[in-house]
Amino acid sequence: MKPENAVRIGAGAGTSDDRLVPALELAERGDIDYLVFECLAERTVSRENLSRSKNPDLGYAPSLHSRLRMVLPACIKNGIRIVSNMGAANPLGGARAARKEAADLGLGDVAVAVVLGDDVSSVVQHRAGLMLIENGEPLESILPKMISANAYLGADVVCEALNTGAPIVLSGRVADPSLFLAPMLHEFDWSYDDTAKIAQGTAAGHLLECTASVTGGCFGWPGKKDVPDLANNGYPFADVTPDGGIVIGKTPDSGGRLDVMTCTEQLIYEIHDPTAYITPDCVLDISGIALTQEAADRVRVSGARAKPRTPTYKVNVGYADGYIGEGEVSYGGIDAVARAKWAAEVVKERLRRQGFTYDDFRMDLIGMSSLHGEPEKRPEPYEVRLRLAGRTHDRKAAHAIGFETRALHMHGPGGAGGACEPRVRDVLAVKSVLLPKNMVNPQVVVEGTL
Amino acid sequence: MSVRVYDLAHARAGDKGNTSNISVICYDAKHWDFLERELTPERVATAFQHIAKGPIRRFPLRNLKAFNFVIENALGGGVTVSLAQDIHGKSLSNVMLAIELPDPDGKRG
Repeated sequence: MKPENAVRIGAGAGTSDDRLVPALELAERGDIDYLVFECLAERTVSRENLSRSKNPDLGYAPSLHSRLRMVLPACIKNGIRIVSNMGAANPLGGARAARKEAADLGLGDVAVAVVLGDDVSSVVQHRAGLMLIENGEPLESILPKMISANAYLGADVVCEALNTGAPIVLSGRVADPSLFLAPMLHEFDWSYDDTAKIAQGTAAGHLLECTASVTGGCFGWPGKKDVPDLANNGYPFADVTPDGGIVIGKTPDSGGRLDVMTCTEQLIYEIHDPTAYITPDCVLDISGIALTQEAADRVRVSGARAKPRTPTYKVNVGYADGYIGEGEVSYGGIDAVARAKWAAEVVKERLRRQGFTYDDFRMDLIGMSSLHGEPEKRPEPYEVRLRLAGRTHDRKAAHAIGFETRALHMHGPGGAGGACEPRVRDVLAVKSVLLPKNMVNPQVVVEGTL
Repeated sequence: MSVRVYDLAHARAGDKGNTSNISVICYDAKHWDFLERELTPERVATAFQHIAKGPIRRFPLRNLKAFNFVIENALGGGVTVSLAQDIHGKSLSNVMLAIELPDPDGKRG
């Protein structure tokens, strides 16, 4: 049961490829007030920027259509407001697409509050001296290849969008926990000076941002960490009270489990220094957090602390960095590994004779050493799949890896089977810089009638 | 006698850029001191030497019966450029769980 003065914030997606139906289950029977879809991986905005350059109507997360089509009727009926970063590289385009979905569903004129200002590519263009966090080199080193530059905005501007009253809020790049903190700021009017509450809200957002990862997904281990009905994991929500009280729960009668163990794994996930997890809203300290099982599938979060937010935004800079080519083929039975190793030498020699070179090249024996290396320490399996991969700025060289691997069917050691089609993908690399907040101008515009 | 991390704790790996973080969470709080003594950054570095250049830092989280290991230069240059199959290093938690520790008392989990 939801406490009387609590606001319930549900997690509807934790990645662009996340399952769709559990979000509908939350909207239909989760008694939620907000449904938050977090759909942007590190390079998604870069990829969508490329889509937008080909078609100015595109550039938002393609899954926006299927997600909204599925949940909008239930959300409008139950008065659930939607918050999402599915706007990706084109939040205005995403808003128009969302409004069209609503109209097509017979829901009429559904207004969308759009968060703008995360795109700072024109700002960083003129600041070639900014230092890349990853390697200390100047931004200049990647500027010529830059595809996108987006600041991780905070909860404040998303809260401003909620203040408009629009049923849907769409943004581009916003820090994942901030999407969840925003409804709390909107509902309870918390001040950024009240760092204890900001900390609690940010911790809750961090627990929710990967959906089923806190309800038994990415967790189970047969006999050791069993998860009931793992095929039907429910998505989580947070019950938030005005004093900063947080209890995490999940869709009633769904699969999975929600307990101190699952919450602990998710709480530490992607954290570095636990006393200084930097978001646009605060510097979170989880080292005093207590997780307590209050009831079945309900865990209380208390004791989060924070220091005030920093004066900078983290900016992800996406840039084109060549191609990755891949090929795979299998060997089975006697001497399978020896034949796979010989096959790899054949492919490498073929590539060398054609004059192809690679910035990085890798040979994997899947079934033996493709995940944790050290093939010399592993027992030989009955069958093995050879994988060859290389990174290069020459598309032909990338394609040749898969081409020559497939040709092993005809030209390699005996008994090669099941080669895959040659695979080539564009490398969209991401590095980051810190940009003073006063150089960024987050803002809200409303599409449609309020 | 030895004991594996697996016997005493569960773990999850996360990624940010070229850095992997791996949580190690005790099933029972009574094993936290043992892991603090034995599961040193040096021992973890040895287990990961063929995967990660490091450095490796360990953050204690007694409140969560846990430790957080932050392993730098672990993900083949990072998710966006890595040639690995497991670009996120999700499977690296299992390297941690397989680490063997001396168990002088012969007491298992």
